[in-house]
Amino acid sequence: MTDLGVSAIEARDLVVVRGGDPVLPGISLDVIAGRITGLLGPSGCGKTTLMRAIVGVQLVRSGSVTVLGAPAGSRSLRRRVGYVTQAPSVYGDLSVRENLRYFAQVLGVDDDRVAQVTATVGLEGESAARVSRLSGGQRARVSLATALLGSPELLVLDEPTVGLDPVLRRDLWNTFRALADRGATLLVSSHVMEEAERCDDLVLMRDGEILASEPRPALLERTGAGDVERAFLSLVEGRDS
Amino acid sequence: MSPRITLATARRVLLQLRGDPRTIALLVVVPSALLVLMRFVFDAQPAVFQRVGVPMVGIFPLVSMFLVTSIAMLRERTTGTLERLMTMPLAKLDILVGYGLAFALMGVVQAGVASAVGFGALGLDVAGPVWMVVALAVANALLGMALGLFLSAFASTEFQAVQFMPAFLLPQLLLCGLIAPRESMGRALRWLSDVLPMSYAYDALSRVAGDQHPGRRAALDAAVVAGAAAVALALGAATLRRRTG
Repeated sequence: MTDLGVSAIEARDLVVVRGGDPVLPGISLDVIAGRITGLLGPSGCGKTTLMRAIVGVQLVRSGSVTVLGAPAGSRSLRRRVGYVTQAPSVYGDLSVRENLRYFAQVLGVDDDRVAQVTATVGLEGESAARVSRLSGGQRARVSLATALLGSPELLVLDEPTVGLDPVLRRDLWNTFRALADRGATLLVSSHVMEEAERCDDLVLMRDGEILASEPRPALLERTGAGDVERAFLSLVEGRDS
Repeated sequence: MSPRITLATARRVLLQLRGDPRTIALLVVVPSALLVLMRFVFDAQPAVFQRVGVPMVGIFPLVSMFLVTSIAMLRERTTGTLERLMTMPLAKLDILVGYGLAFALMGVVQAGVASAVGFGALGLDVAGPVWMVVALAVANALLGMALGLFLSAFASTEFQAVQFMPAFLLPQLLLCGLIAPRESMGRALRWLSDVLPMSYAYDALSRVAGDQHPGRRAALDAAVVAGAAAVALALGAATLRRRTG
């Protein structure tokens, strides 16, 4: 798969064990730079654990993860990788602007960036509102804006569009596309198969294993399925029988 | 570690407190209100009020900052903001010192108001300089913050974190000399009180209260409190993990 381009992420024989159970029993994966890769699978299949390993906050048993040429979690990557967790990780008792200003100061970017990312996620009107008073979808957008502050080369987004209305979801996917067009790599997890249609490459996961990892058109052609949902089913059934 | 990030963190912690004016009011008013209460409880025994009043002014910030920090840190862990910070270019010391600066400032305000009420309105006497009482209060605030930060790593809910106060601070309060003189305790308790940091905080404060020139012994006691805060901070730093299960 590396003939398509440079890998932004290379996982090799990655094993993660939690409470005695292997969450990831040993997976290998390449994510191509400058593209949007969708990480799809049912909840509990190990998507979040894989993403945590990629951003370097997950304790791993064995194997390696290389991100932008450096071991995952390296000090040099802390400015180059943005991560959005599934639950919004921002301060509920601060306003949107106070949250973004603080993280901007930590990243060493100026206040102009705060205004830019606020506009990108469509929260200009809520900038002075306290985060705890916002809706779940708005909170998720504050969390996303925080990850955009440092203009990271790699964005790892764990279910960023859950609970958003369709208009906003479309706008955010347009934003993701614009970021990729400017050369950023995006790894976006979802359990909504329709979002797969917006990705360049797809990684299908189930029970900690990777069923498929390839460009979307290639996946559809190989499985002969009309859409990603059916491709997923045919891969699962093909494996089980 | 970077001064920019440390100061930004201190500012952020203070902004969070400012967003909760009731907590600030409680932090500032409660110690003074308790001093007033104490003054009248010991109305017939002014000597007792004189003996416990000054140490109370100095020890209160330890208890308050312990509680505030343990809840604040627990929230950072459970809401994922700590994990987010750990993926950013920030040193653990930026978090620790940032929290320290914010709560030291709160300690100054708290002890300043309690001193003004105690020494001004309630007729509490202090032989040594008042600034020493405030300085010791700040050292105690930092000790409380460091202990709260460390112990919060062992709490998975806010209920647990709050219960750490009676579990870890009340025994120290009983053994530090405030309730009964340490000399009168049995050997085992005496030994225990010798290794608990609040005993040194109490000793330093009662020396400042009773001695015009508290001098080297009080400085030594204060150094022990500062040392205990440093150890607790180092233990707290060890609980800030970049990678977790």
